[in-house]
Amino acid sequence: MKFGVVVFPGSNCDQDCFYVIKDVLKQPVKYIWHKDTGLDSLDCVVLPGGFSYGDYLRTGAVAKFSPIMKSIVDFANRGGFVIGICNGFQILLEAGLLPGAMLRNKNLHFICKFVYIRTENNHTAFTNFCHKHQVLNIPIAHNEGNYYIDEEGLQELKRNNQIVFRYCAPEGNVNEAYNPNGAMYSIAGIINKQGNVLGMMPHPERSSEKLLNSEDGLFIFKSIVNAVAMRR
Amino acid sequence: MAKSEVYRALGLTDEEYQRILDILKREPTPTELAMFSVEWSEHCGYPRSRSLLGLLPKTGKYQTLIGEDAGGIILDDLAVIFKMESHNHPSQVEPKQGAATGVGGIIRDIFTTGARPIACLDSLRFGPLSERYNRYLLRGVVDGIQFYGNCVGVPTVAGEIYFEESYSGNCLVNVMCIGVARKDRIARARAFGAGNSIMYVGSSTGRDGIGGCSILASKEFKQGEEKRPTVQIGDPFTEKCLIEATLEALATGYIVGIKDMGAAGLTCSTSEMASVGNSGIEVELQRVPRKEKNMEPWEVMMSESQERMLLCVQEGKEDQIRKLFLKWDLNAVVIGKVTDDGMVRIKDKDKVVAEIEAHSLTQAPIYNMAHKKPEYLDELNELDISTISEPKDYNDVLLELLSSPSLASKEWVYQQYDHMVQTNTTVLPGSDAAVLRLKQTNKAIAATTDCNSRYCFLNPHRGAQIAIAEAARNLVCSGAEPAAVTDCLNFGNPEKPDRFWQFKNCVEGIAQGCRFFNLPVVSGNVSFYNENPKGAIYPTPTIGMIGVINDISHICTQFFKKEQDVIILLGSSKEELGASEYLKVIHGKIKGDAPDLNLELEEAVQHCALESIRKGLVNSAHDCSEGGLAVALVECCISNKEKMIGATIDNLLFKFRKDAVLFGESQSRIIISCNEEAVNRIKDIAKENRVPFCIIGRTGGKTLRIFQKKKELIDLELKKLYEVWAGFLPRQIQR
Repeated sequence: MKFGVVVFPGSNCDQDCFYVIKDVLKQPVKYIWHKDTGLDSLDCVVLPGGFSYGDYLRTGAVAKFSPIMKSIVDFANRGGFVIGICNGFQILLEAGLLPGAMLRNKNLHFICKFVYIRTENNHTAFTNFCHKHQVLNIPIAHNEGNYYIDEEGLQELKRNNQIVFRYCAPEGNVNEAYNPNGAMYSIAGIINKQGNVLGMMPHPERSSEKLLNSEDGLFIFKSIVNAVAMRR
Repeated sequence: MAKSEVYRALGLTDEEYQRILDILKREPTPTELAMFSVEWSEHCGYPRSRSLLGLLPKTGKYQTLIGEDAGGIILDDLAVIFKMESHNHPSQVEPKQGAATGVGGIIRDIFTTGARPIACLDSLRFGPLSERYNRYLLRGVVDGIQFYGNCVGVPTVAGEIYFEESYSGNCLVNVMCIGVARKDRIARARAFGAGNSIMYVGSSTGRDGIGGCSILASKEFKQGEEKRPTVQIGDPFTEKCLIEATLEALATGYIVGIKDMGAAGLTCSTSEMASVGNSGIEVELQRVPRKEKNMEPWEVMMSESQERMLLCVQEGKEDQIRKLFLKWDLNAVVIGKVTDDGMVRIKDKDKVVAEIEAHSLTQAPIYNMAHKKPEYLDELNELDISTISEPKDYNDVLLELLSSPSLASKEWVYQQYDHMVQTNTTVLPGSDAAVLRLKQTNKAIAATTDCNSRYCFLNPHRGAQIAIAEAARNLVCSGAEPAAVTDCLNFGNPEKPDRFWQFKNCVEGIAQGCRFFNLPVVSGNVSFYNENPKGAIYPTPTIGMIGVINDISHICTQFFKKEQDVIILLGSSKEELGASEYLKVIHGKIKGDAPDLNLELEEAVQHCALESIRKGLVNSAHDCSEGGLAVALVECCISNKEKMIGATIDNLLFKFRKDAVLFGESQSRIIISCNEEAVNRIKDIAKENRVPFCIIGRTGGKTLRIFQKKKELIDLELKKLYEVWAGFLPRQIQR
């Protein structure tokens, strides 16, 4: 099992993801510079949060032209696991690996706080450690996390069980009062049809240690390790 | 323009001009004149404050590092480097970019030492929110901090915001940054070794920010002046790349010295690196990357374009260093070399445009300023509290205090800052101090900023000492032992004797307080000329303090943890209402003296609390400060909104006026909560330390109730308290 964490100029959660994988999960991991192209020998690629290229033009819009992105698309098409967190999710949307787009948060401000998300689909490579409707306490930190997709697209996501996480109350019920950014259908994370590419706005790497007030993020990382082991 | 008009416009006096003539033994060139003006400005050379800054202690319990750009302490194999700096005038003129470049500048001061920046704290002060421009400033400053800090990937973990009339027309934006390095990797801001290369890295140079430090920061505001063009523009994305590239470059071991180009840009970096290294530097300006055409030599030397650094690189290693910066798509150009003649020689197309002995630039004149106690002070210090009517309804008073701008929750602000990136923030904003774990160790550091400028206005010496005492108390409540200080000294025009008297007394107060607590002042910044047309700001010596938590299991927070815990007050209350928030908000008076401060008692209270925390006896600890005991209790109940826990306080001593008991701001008091079984052990520790100890009540329920014997003075639902406290700022901002 080997993880790779992509480093774009402006990524700022790359080292945090690296730390959790190496020091908390105790799994092999390496950095992948955005000008590199090879992803051989990797089982899972992490697109970390941050402000790739300063988020100039539009979040993720410049990063999708980085040399590494072509390799990531190929890697995903071959069935490799890809998880995009926050800015990484935005890049996956721009690159067309996931459907939909991000708008600015409804309140037009950056929001950094712990939120609750409910596991809608626990039969994925990223959530097999969770039980159905398990509530995870994980922080968000973004300006553009207001997920949007047209009605047809939303129906398709629902039909295919592609909605993996939705913002919710601590007890698990989904309602607008607990939707921090105005995301459509309270969507916090989605997966592609093939089930190997996940994008999520909350940061599991910020909630994988008791000392950081929540270990719920580990459910996601451990699920990936599990999924890779199952494949072999 | 006559010669005298030119140098005066640059902020130089007739005497200083004569001194320049004596140094050069000829007329200065325009470039030289510009260089002297910025290096001798208050912002760079501290001519008016240096004589007093020598009073501040430089040693403490931990080994200290005092560098050119920042200072710090040694903690095992690590160096913890930190500094606070002001960006007041730029923020007043252009709040978003002013605050943003304030963040960028202090972050550069930290990573230029080789330390990775791990956290920022902001201490902000504005005029009343009833004025539209002050609301614009608050919004703009917060926007600037989030714009820069979030993108650059350094968490903004704590801070403070106060509102006072005196900051209308001159807001304060003080930013502190903390970094961590391996102690054997600390870099210096110096150049030596003739033949070594001087390398320019980072953004290109433009006309932005020319005179930012000498013109903006070293003069008073006058009405209607157009100073917007002197504010720099920040690019946090470039800074993020610059951090990574610089730390990679420093790890090669090929860097002799490094300095960021902040205030006074290339002038400051060349002259100070040469001066510290006792060598000379020769630079060819044509090689400096530019973003504008036809810049004059003096403009290139004065530019404060952001995100630039100057390196001294070992001869022959230039290519290796250049490649590292090119990897991050950053400029990296050799613009000159180190010489052994001690001169800063600036050439433009091979023609020498400036040639000055480096030391003469960096040794600004020292002035002993006149000082005089302000005439208004004696009358202001007089307060006959018998003329203050006691409130009828204490519930109303408490709610009014909680919805006063300085006491209300700052959640609206800190939720806009990424305070978690880098995954070290163990205690999030909203407790007494931020706590950051140090990865790969079992230790953590706590950090806070503090200054009650109203206390300093009414009693500068004691007010400054209280800032030290309270910052230390905040750290102790987090489980940390106070270790070192940085200060950001914001004052009015030092040429006015009453303002300088405030400065002198505050510095002396800090020095005395730090000596008593064995705390070194490892870095700092002076910001004078903070005036508006109505007068000076309150004297504001903002204290940034770092504490060490030896074992992460000692980390403590301010909110109550569970029902039926015993609530204890350490320390004693006096009948003090002077300078209080209560007096200002409820009675509209800014009068009296700052609260009394007994340094021995303060130390004993802190020692008692820390020992109890370290022994695992304490479930929560919170410092009593603005708003007094009642407000502190509310904060214990509601500041963890996920888990609010009420309290019944039925054993308070009422030896004097009820309002003084509830809202007086007596110092050296800490509220702790603990299990029943821990009470006697804490009592013993208090006894050993001769600290007044009183069980005042118990946690539990969904209300806060405070009794005087059987009479209920306060009875409020937590939900209501939270709504009032947390709702104030968002409501004000949306006006």
